[in-house]
Amino acid sequence: MGLSLFTPLSWNDTGFILTGVLNTLYISIVAIFLGSVLGMVVGFIRSISKQSFNLFMGAFLDILRTVPLIIQLVLFSTYVGVIGWPLNPFTCGSIILSLYTMAFMSEVFRAGFESVSDSMRIASRSLGMGYWQTIRYIVLPIGMRTVFPSWIGVSLSVVKDSALVSVIGYMELLRTSDQLITRTQQPLEILLGVGLFYFIISYPLSFFGRHMERKMAI
Amino acid sequence: MIQVQGLHKSFGNLKVLKGIDLEVQKGEVVSVIGGSGSGKSTLLYCINAIEKIQKGKILVDGIDAHDKKTDKNKLRQKLGMVFQQWNSFPHLTVLENVTLAPRVVLGQTTKQAEDLAKQYLDHVGLGDKYDEYPTRMSGGQQQRLAIARTLAMKPSYMLLDEVTSALDPELVGEVLDTLRLLRKEGMTMICVTHEMAFAKEVSDRIAFVEKGIIEEIGDAHQVIENPANEKTQRFLSKVL
Repeated sequence: MGLSLFTPLSWNDTGFILTGVLNTLYISIVAIFLGSVLGMVVGFIRSISKQSFNLFMGAFLDILRTVPLIIQLVLFSTYVGVIGWPLNPFTCGSIILSLYTMAFMSEVFRAGFESVSDSMRIASRSLGMGYWQTIRYIVLPIGMRTVFPSWIGVSLSVVKDSALVSVIGYMELLRTSDQLITRTQQPLEILLGVGLFYFIISYPLSFFGRHMERKMAI
Repeated sequence: MIQVQGLHKSFGNLKVLKGIDLEVQKGEVVSVIGGSGSGKSTLLYCINAIEKIQKGKILVDGIDAHDKKTDKNKLRQKLGMVFQQWNSFPHLTVLENVTLAPRVVLGQTTKQAEDLAKQYLDHVGLGDKYDEYPTRMSGGQQQRLAIARTLAMKPSYMLLDEVTSALDPELVGEVLDTLRLLRKEGMTMICVTHEMAFAKEVSDRIAFVEKGIIEEIGDAHQVIENPANEKTQRFLSKVL
């Protein structure tokens, strides 16, 4: 009997995979949250800005949206290391994934703000409500309902895109599975399992989205 | 009292109002008639300071509506406005539509605002719709909601911008009835309208506007039945 370099998958690996699941969830939630907050601010600024400023800002956002995430991650993590300011993979990944998410979310929120007609705003102002009161009570709630399906769509992609953060060493679901495959040489079972986990993470989000859509239908 | 003095308003190069003078006394109902594009709606938007003006003056109870120092939000509380497109807030229930501004602007408690809102909703005949969403209601009902929403701010004046123009014919009556009710209660109103019969019935005076100028203003019956100005005659012969 020869000595095997590989040990098959066992129940002991569950904890390891779960760490990956939790890390995927963790970085996704951070990126969706920060990306949404920043995206809302940027989207709002874009919706009220002059065209020239919008072109400038649009170019910056387009860079974030068009350069593949994996390149952004590698460049950023290498660069901060080179300038002597190394960040751990989680921080590094969160920053890039959040900015990437922000670039997409800003367009979603901009569309939301712009979907509220001037006449609706005028109606609100004519009741004596101020500019910010109108934004807070009328434009924001109506606009957000309109673009909620797109928001869910972007959020779902973020969960899946978070897999790319594995390339800079963050121990999320894909990277844990990669290590298990190297050890066990059972890629089929493991990748099927990992795919299932992504589904389990994403499905509630999608379900929640549809549920909210029905509830908020206007 | 609302005083409009020598009002000029243009959008870019397009001169819309070319020297409007108008005085509306407290308790008076004045209708503004005229063809589309004559500038009658713009006049209301200027009184409400939603549109900036180029020349002239608008005084509401002696307060200059377009003075930089005037608190526009305070001013608009006095001037309730109802629009052609009723613009009910689709994400709020009927009751919430009415209570929002009194709560947020006047600082009423939810209870106070709701009691008052119910009173006004009953008044315009929407007493059974408190929890309905406006998008499920007819245009006429939404327009009455808009009127109740405006009344809840207890305005001193009502500016009505073609409030029946976007309604199906069979729904016009219910909205006009609501306005008749306001008239009876002594509300001061400026109505921009295409409903000549209604204008004649409820107004004290009627102003005919053409190309940004008030061509004729006078007693409602006289203007409709026996207009002095040739342009008014021509306009009325087309619409009556």
